[in-house]
Amino acid sequence: MTALPPGPRRVVGQPVTRLEDAPLVRGRGLFAADVCFPRQLHMRVVRAQVAHGRILGIDTTAARALPGFVAAWTHDDVRDIPPIPFRATKVGGLEPYCQPILARDRVRYVGEPVAVVFAEDAYVAEDAADLVAVTIAPLPPLLDAAAPPGDFGPGLHTEPTVVRKGYGDVEAAFRAAHAVVALDLSIGRHSGVPLETRGAIARHDRALDVLELHGTAKKQHWNRDEIARLLGRPPQGVQLFEGHVGGGFGVRGELYPEDLLVCLAALRLDRPVKWIEDRREHLMATNHSRQQRHQIRAAVDAEGRLLAIDDTFFHDQGAYVRTHGARIVDLAAGMLPGPYRLPAYRVAGHFRLTNKTPAATYRAPGRYETTFVRERLMDAIAERLGLDPIELRRRNLVAAAEMPFARPLDTLGTDVVLDSGDYAGLLDRALARFGWDAAQAALATRRQAGECVGLGLAFFVEKSGLGPSDGVRVSIDASGGVEIVSGAASVGQGIDTVLAQIAAEALGVRYDRIRVVRGRTDRIEFGNGAHASRVTVMSGSATWQAALAVRAMALATAAAFMQAPAEALDIVDGVVVGPGGASMTLAEVARQMGPNAARMAGQTPGLTAERWFWSSHMTYPYGVHLAQLRLDRLTGEVRVERYLIANDIGRAVNPMLVEGQLVGGFAQGLGGALLEEFRYDAQGQPLSTTFADYLLPTLAEMPEVDVLIAEDAPSPLNPLGVKGAGEGGTNAVGAAIAAAVDDALRRPGAVTALPILPQQVAAWLAGDR
Amino acid sequence: MDELHDITLVINQRPYHIRVPARRTLADAIREECGLTGTHLGCEHGICGACTVLLDGQPIRACLMLAVQAAGRALRTVEGLAQGEALHPLQQAFIDHHALQCGYCTPGFLMLAAAMLEQDPDMPEAAMPEALAANLCRCTGYQNILAAVRAAAAVLRGAA
Repeated sequence: MTALPPGPRRVVGQPVTRLEDAPLVRGRGLFAADVCFPRQLHMRVVRAQVAHGRILGIDTTAARALPGFVAAWTHDDVRDIPPIPFRATKVGGLEPYCQPILARDRVRYVGEPVAVVFAEDAYVAEDAADLVAVTIAPLPPLLDAAAPPGDFGPGLHTEPTVVRKGYGDVEAAFRAAHAVVALDLSIGRHSGVPLETRGAIARHDRALDVLELHGTAKKQHWNRDEIARLLGRPPQGVQLFEGHVGGGFGVRGELYPEDLLVCLAALRLDRPVKWIEDRREHLMATNHSRQQRHQIRAAVDAEGRLLAIDDTFFHDQGAYVRTHGARIVDLAAGMLPGPYRLPAYRVAGHFRLTNKTPAATYRAPGRYETTFVRERLMDAIAERLGLDPIELRRRNLVAAAEMPFARPLDTLGTDVVLDSGDYAGLLDRALARFGWDAAQAALATRRQAGECVGLGLAFFVEKSGLGPSDGVRVSIDASGGVEIVSGAASVGQGIDTVLAQIAAEALGVRYDRIRVVRGRTDRIEFGNGAHASRVTVMSGSATWQAALAVRAMALATAAAFMQAPAEALDIVDGVVVGPGGASMTLAEVARQMGPNAARMAGQTPGLTAERWFWSSHMTYPYGVHLAQLRLDRLTGEVRVERYLIANDIGRAVNPMLVEGQLVGGFAQGLGGALLEEFRYDAQGQPLSTTFADYLLPTLAEMPEVDVLIAEDAPSPLNPLGVKGAGEGGTNAVGAAIAAAVDDALRRPGAVTALPILPQQVAAWLAGDR
Repeated sequence: MDELHDITLVINQRPYHIRVPARRTLADAIREECGLTGTHLGCEHGICGACTVLLDGQPIRACLMLAVQAAGRALRTVEGLAQGEALHPLQQAFIDHHALQCGYCTPGFLMLAAAMLEQDPDMPEAAMPEALAANLCRCTGYQNILAAVRAAAAVLRGAA
């Protein structure tokens, strides 16, 4: 495959403005709630109001009396529909823990769908849902994943599986250790919480017998195939469409009960059916994430080199196993070692159900958690041995000369092979850019003046470019218009622009004249969607290859007309140019390759090519986060003052968009570190069901964030050298802030749990005085 | 409860004669009855600000007001910012500074910032973060939104 040489190119590597923006700033987007069809009905979900109990009865009589009421269903009405299946797990035996689309016999979390009503108007649907009387006999809720497992159902308990990984002689390493450091660390329950809630609009095109689902995201092709299977239809009879997507972050675009319910209703009620989630529903029905407790031990030698890590952790999955299966546990176990040499490793991830909202992936899943755990551990080791935490890290970082570095571990079904990197080199650049030593000196002065200020850092390794495949078709029409059709999806990250830049680079056309089609099952047969920081790597590489193929076709055709060898031709601004000023537009080339052009007789017409990029290994971005913060003695507020994200992503196709990803990702990490938490009371009632209780960061909480985008280590695994940039901004925020809070408190190891809330900080400071 | 009211909403200087129940929110009426779907709903409890529109020049949460309360008053939505093909300086600045990703919060931020800069064209840059902290964005981390508003403020001052 032809690789793109490193460094900024004509279009790739340039911070060009986005193709996506023009309609969005004018209010012309098409988000889920903007999709309307004539005669549509509105669906409203009746949700469980107790965390655990037996359903004794559901009475819809009062709802049925409302003018505008159309239908109400409970589990009995949908018992022929199988529960929501898994996509992303190799772990077997999880099937009994899948979620039925409406609760069957038992409810297992507050917010679980127990019935649905359909009405002529969204307000009436909500009224009707309020009138549905659900009688439940409460059962004791299980709310602590680290407590002994309880009863899930006949013959089933609440620990569906334990994920075990490891290598080396862990016991011998601990016996030989100079020191053993043990920690008990927790990460709170928080999640993606996009600004647009979920939505789903289904309609059945009776004329063609096609079921359409609109408002979709992330994984259209897999979801299409599953919806078809669950409803007993052929996949060609189900099509999914993506409009604009108001943020994904992992939670949107998974298959949820509501998606199937609107599809089923569109078929049964023979009218389009629209469902738009409200915010309160979102906070208790859309996937939660993150909550884990780790009991970890490290064995080290006298110089602080890691000999072994032994970790037992408890993953709080919530009430059911959703589409991801045990994926986060697998990722946490596989990615925990991060950037360090580790001769022996043993991990047991207890995948446990509780009576809370089901959990799944959220930006940097399994890494935000384990980076916090691993970097807390490194700080504790440094403290124990009296070493500088940076020096301790240097002694353990995998060296550039050791790349590619294969760990005897797997995750997501792929072997963990760190493909490229200069970890120590990036650490040096980051410290210099931040002015670490000067900052230390400045903070020492401020401390003498009575301020509680601190610095902290955390190293991380990300993963990206999950395969196995993605395809792209690039076509040039008779007007010279270029279209990219991709099996990827957009969740608002700017993928249209990135793919257009890559195609423009290959083709010699303007990127802003390219139309990008994605997230639609009716335009391309397969696709693996937008998740796991995979689109730029996978679909970007496929775009590069397809566009190069189209370029070669265009040049070959033009060569015949221009009577010059193809090698002598170039494409500039959509025009094929040759020796002596000869030229031919791509529009003309495309017309000469049409189905009625005599020279195409016997061939497949069209200036178009489809290419598939395959990959069996992920590529691993890496970086370091540096934080400076101040603790408010009066309020306990943690005020982050300065922050640096240094992240090597191999190549930045659009540095402006990469910076946007990293800073935006940081804000989400900051929320998880200091603000956001889904809390429950002792009965399992959720306490974070409004934006007054579940606190997203605002501009007022944002520090000055500096970004160092490094391109030191292009990935050898794809022709562009790219690694994903979607998650590195989030990954290490909890870890870096924890270290800086310790430093500000002058109390190493104080932070053992996220989020770090003002009450806790105030208590520490009170003890301090 | 569902007695219908005939009202006129004046949005972007154009009258919309609509018939709504008293409980219909202004946001829903703007979106559904008037078809102006640029105004987005992010929380429906007045915190996120995605539904910010201007009522007699003041930024308000359209989710917290009833349509009947806004009858006859001057409303402005994101669709009214551009003059034909010419983008408002705030819209252009949001594009130039990559101040949006998914774009869902963008109309609310644009209307908030428009009101802010109309009421106080010389607003000191140091005062902007607090004013813009009224709305939520989940994608950008706000840094570029602040940069865009600062840039647009400079353009607007130059144009005035």
